[in-house]
Amino acid sequence: MSVRNIGVVYRKEVTDLLRDRRTIVSMVVIPLLMFPVLAIGIGYLASEAMGTAQKEIPVVMISDGMDSPRLLAMLQTDDEFHFEPAQPDYVAQISDKKVRASVEVPRGFDAAQENGTPEKIYIDYFEGDVNSSLAANKLEKFFDKLRDKTVKRRLEAHQIPANILEPFTVEQKNVAPPEKVAGATLGGMVPYFVILLCFTGAMYPAMDLTAGEKERGTLETLLSSPVSRTDIVLGKFLTVFSASVTSALLAVASMGVSFTYGQKFFNVSDSGSETDMRSAAMPHLQIGLHAVLAVLLMALPLSMLFSAVLLAISLFAKSYREAQTYVTPLTFLIVVPAVVSMLPGTELTARTALIPILSTSLVSKELVSGIYHWGYIGMIFGASCVYAVAAIAVAIVLFNREEVLFRI
Amino acid sequence: MIEAQELSKVFSGTRKMPEIQAVRGVSFRCESGQIYGLLGTNGAGKTTTLRLLATILYPTSGTARVAGYDIVDDPEKVRARVGFLSTATALYRRLTAREMVEYFGRLNGLDGERLKQAVDGLFTALEMHDFAKRSCEDLSTGMKQKVSIARTLVHDPEVMIFDEPTLGLDVMTSRVIVNFIRQCRDRGKTVIFSTHVMSEVEKLCDRIGIIHNGRLLAEGALAELRGRYPGSDLEDIFVHVVGGDTV
Repeated sequence: MSVRNIGVVYRKEVTDLLRDRRTIVSMVVIPLLMFPVLAIGIGYLASEAMGTAQKEIPVVMISDGMDSPRLLAMLQTDDEFHFEPAQPDYVAQISDKKVRASVEVPRGFDAAQENGTPEKIYIDYFEGDVNSSLAANKLEKFFDKLRDKTVKRRLEAHQIPANILEPFTVEQKNVAPPEKVAGATLGGMVPYFVILLCFTGAMYPAMDLTAGEKERGTLETLLSSPVSRTDIVLGKFLTVFSASVTSALLAVASMGVSFTYGQKFFNVSDSGSETDMRSAAMPHLQIGLHAVLAVLLMALPLSMLFSAVLLAISLFAKSYREAQTYVTPLTFLIVVPAVVSMLPGTELTARTALIPILSTSLVSKELVSGIYHWGYIGMIFGASCVYAVAAIAVAIVLFNREEVLFRI
Repeated sequence: MIEAQELSKVFSGTRKMPEIQAVRGVSFRCESGQIYGLLGTNGAGKTTTLRLLATILYPTSGTARVAGYDIVDDPEKVRARVGFLSTATALYRRLTAREMVEYFGRLNGLDGERLKQAVDGLFTALEMHDFAKRSCEDLSTGMKQKVSIARTLVHDPEVMIFDEPTLGLDVMTSRVIVNFIRQCRDRGKTVIFSTHVMSEVEKLCDRIGIIHNGRLLAEGALAELRGRYPGSDLEDIFVHVVGGDTV
């Protein structure tokens, strides 16, 4: 093994790859654009949709209530709603989204309120339609307020203080620091993307450097040089590994910028309750830089494993196309454990710590939440390194087998 | 010098393909300053023999000494002393002509000033400066062939192995190759090349080996072969050696 020769192969392969548009797309453009598009794009669309729905003055129908002019007057003077006269096909109109909701006022409502008979009001809405639900919520709030007023008035009439109905209040208080909340909610997402991009970043270069070389007839040229096959495979491996790490690094950087910029953008854009609505649609991601670096560090041996496995598999293929058929299904193998790790209840144990991908995903989730189980961290890093070295050894063995290099 | 001793190569079969005995006990000698022509039909075993000598493949049995090293024991030392050119040795299309030759210089242990001198010398000798900075994929066939030649020569190898070097080339480009092979001999290199073009063999070769079904059936200088077999034409001799017009 010669470090100089590995370096010569590495330098050439990197130069060659960087001149290829397909590599630039898979290694640079996709990781860079994925998050702005996902985070800002979807976040923006979601918050816009919510904002528009919130701003809308819903068209509401009132059925009956002709004998309750006081209630009708209150409803009609409320500028939160736009009332239309009741029509018998109001259900169909709600379904057709011509009307957002309707209020069924019981007969003699005003009178019942005066003499204290309990009554029931129905609000008709279309479940699943955001605009209809929002209108129904607004109507419910309106009636809640009205009920509170009525209760207050009745209590006053009997000279009873209003707070008799509220002997105490209850409120939930969050004690988890923001980064731990992020770990539990979004923490699983960061390692998931890091792992996925480590894989996709390595995919194209691995195929290009092996099956691609076979297809283009340059492999035999390379093999005619005095450099040992081990040096060649290590130079190629380092190239694929670099692409994988670069892809993950760019993705993390882009993710950081997208979320930071995205949150600022949504927080200053509007005021009042709408801001809360908008920033709720925009995921909060307050993960420390050290946690992200720790995740990247844990992903390194995994990235090595991916690079070596992809290299070995694509080396076996005769053509680029054949390599693609072998490699594409592997993406599922990567996605499944990463997704499983995000499911509630999947915990880091001595057994899961030995499962590649899943273990890295689980430990990264903990790291993002600020939990450092050093025993597991060491064990997972070590195990991943062992798997990676084994995969590199397999790639070297395959590269020395002429039936693999010259498969007919 | 090249000295093949009972070289054999068997490609193990698969479910779809039977076992292939590509080369069977081939022995011959090629001295420095000589051109050895390996003549045979398609599938005769020429390419496999040359790949074995260039240590791209390992022999199943037998061995060869190339430039003083054993192909089985010291394949890397052999490759450092061999320039191998075949139709299967393509160029890296995204590298420029100069980068391609420099890369192979580095792979052969050249660096710095030595590398620069070697590459400059070759680019001048082969008149390649005009397209030195162009990507290999943008070069014409003739230019590509020149880059390949420069690539095989950059480390000034003692032994040159050419596998059907003129296959698919036009007359002008073929002449460049033929002249180049001759120059290699004149500089004292050992040259072996395979072809099925009789006229090339007649023009160039000091010694000829006729290979068929993996076996070396006849070997010697053209004059010796003429004495041994009926007919004065190499084609007649070839047809006679490989088993007549039934082939």
